[in-house]
Amino acid sequence: MLVASIACVHVEKRKQSIGSAKKRRVERQHLLFLALIAPNFLLLGAFTYWPMIYQGYLSLTRWNMLAPQKTFVGFDNYTNLFSGSEFWGVLFKTFYFMGAVVLGSVVLGLAIAILLNQRLRGRNFVRSVVFAPVILSGAAVGLVWAYIFDPNYGLMRTFLEPFGVSSPDWLGSTQYAMPALIIVYLWKSLGLSVVIYLAGLQNISKDLYEAARIDGANKWVLFRHITLPQLSPVTFFVVLTTFINSFQAFDIIAVMTGGGPVNATTTLIWYIYQEAFIAFRAGTAAAAAIVMFLLLLVITVFQVRYAQRGVHYK
Amino acid sequence: MTAVRAHGGKVVRYALLILVALVFVVPLYWLFSASLKDLREIYTFPPVWVPTDPKFSNYSEAWNTAPFGRFYLNTIIATFFGVLLEVVNALLTAYALVFLRFPGKNIIFIVMLAALMIPIHVTILPNYLTIASLGWVNTYQGIILPGASVAFGAFLLRQHFLTLPGEILEAARLDGATHLQTLWYVILPISKPMIVTVTLISVVTKWNDFLWPLIVTNSTGMRTLPIGLSYLFNQEGASQWGLIMAATIFVILPVLLLFLRWQKHIVSGLTSGATKG
Repeated sequence: MLVASIACVHVEKRKQSIGSAKKRRVERQHLLFLALIAPNFLLLGAFTYWPMIYQGYLSLTRWNMLAPQKTFVGFDNYTNLFSGSEFWGVLFKTFYFMGAVVLGSVVLGLAIAILLNQRLRGRNFVRSVVFAPVILSGAAVGLVWAYIFDPNYGLMRTFLEPFGVSSPDWLGSTQYAMPALIIVYLWKSLGLSVVIYLAGLQNISKDLYEAARIDGANKWVLFRHITLPQLSPVTFFVVLTTFINSFQAFDIIAVMTGGGPVNATTTLIWYIYQEAFIAFRAGTAAAAAIVMFLLLLVITVFQVRYAQRGVHYK
Repeated sequence: MTAVRAHGGKVVRYALLILVALVFVVPLYWLFSASLKDLREIYTFPPVWVPTDPKFSNYSEAWNTAPFGRFYLNTIIATFFGVLLEVVNALLTAYALVFLRFPGKNIIFIVMLAALMIPIHVTILPNYLTIASLGWVNTYQGIILPGASVAFGAFLLRQHFLTLPGEILEAARLDGATHLQTLWYVILPISKPMIVTVTLISVVTKWNDFLWPLIVTNSTGMRTLPIGLSYLFNQEGASQWGLIMAATIFVILPVLLLFLRWQKHIVSGLTSGATKG
């Protein structure tokens, strides 16, 4: 009896020590986990999350970035933004730019992808040159095109004159500066939607086309009723990534137009930059940045919700 | 009849292919040829396609007009350390998220993904204020640190780690390898293509970065290449296209070479959100 109980206690003790060894191991793993993610999350906290919160506060103040004190003004910055015509103009130009770029990325991107999906000699070379501008510096691309758009000695004039069209002063005119930026941005970024569409085209099962062809469908019907619907998730992805990327287009605008002439190319991101670092109106800049963030948030939430609904597609 | 039509279709397709190629090649050719033109050939219409007397001195002149040696140094330092930090952060975070146990790990993952919704462009003002209050304006750490955290790269690596066979890790653990040893000797070698992809995307992004280095530096000596280029343009105006195009080549040449060597990795990295998303 006594022996038995001693043995029992002994077993209990061993169990406990195994338990605490295991517990120690788990604790060590928890510590390692924290140590591994710490640098990344400290940086994310300092330069991504905290600035967003601080910006929310700044947007409720008036401050010229020099004075020691910020004046709390409530929602004045927001009401000022939305009651004047200037900010609505900025939003309009932003969506004009993004809308045209998105439309071009979908239509031209799909068209070029279909062309490059055919068995043609030299298509690999063309795929490379179409994609190459995607990885080039926007400042560099912008300057090349500023030269191309030169009204007197630029390449644009060479191509337009044979058609009897005289090349406008693209970057110097309020009417043509934005179309010029759209052309440049499309030229630089189109390769991305082309390769995304190419991947999408290659994922469509050949059997679908075979079956439809046996039923006597012509090429247009195949495109309209197989290619387009099969590509709809890809198109959605292209639309959203193009939206989000073009929203942030800055370097091309900076070197080509500087937001001008007469604010003709002042998009939201340029407006924020200008308010903060040229006009030193921190409150207005912060409020505009919050508006930009909310617009991005709406787009992203939309994307996530669609992606969940689109799962049945696969 | 059908043969003729098929032949006609082929001709049209090749014509379109050539047209697309020209749209993308001609501006690049125009850039290279202009970088070798003297002013006389730049200011003529119709334009000269092949410079009659290639003026290589445009390059040396551009190099000396603005401190391009310094711009290169700054860009290389900012890119090298920025990429290093980003890739190491991505690796450590992804390893922890996949192979280590922690209560509420999924919440941490979601918090990280939330960062994807806050692009650096939105936070330029508060980040500038932070960097300024640390006295880091015109410093390398000021250029590098705000971009050294990583959400998307960590996400890509996490998705990749989840596909690795568990037996390999089990074997490493039985051999008594610690977690860091497992990461270094087992995970790293078998994940090389994915890591190369994440690294290349990071290199290209940081090399071309414009808005943040523009804001956080204001002395010519701390400018990076893309900003140095626009500085040269503002200084010389639109009168010195030969010089400016030569400087443009300084900026894009390293990235173009990288592209020629690693095209597949770069393309797959930039489209991975589409196919795996």
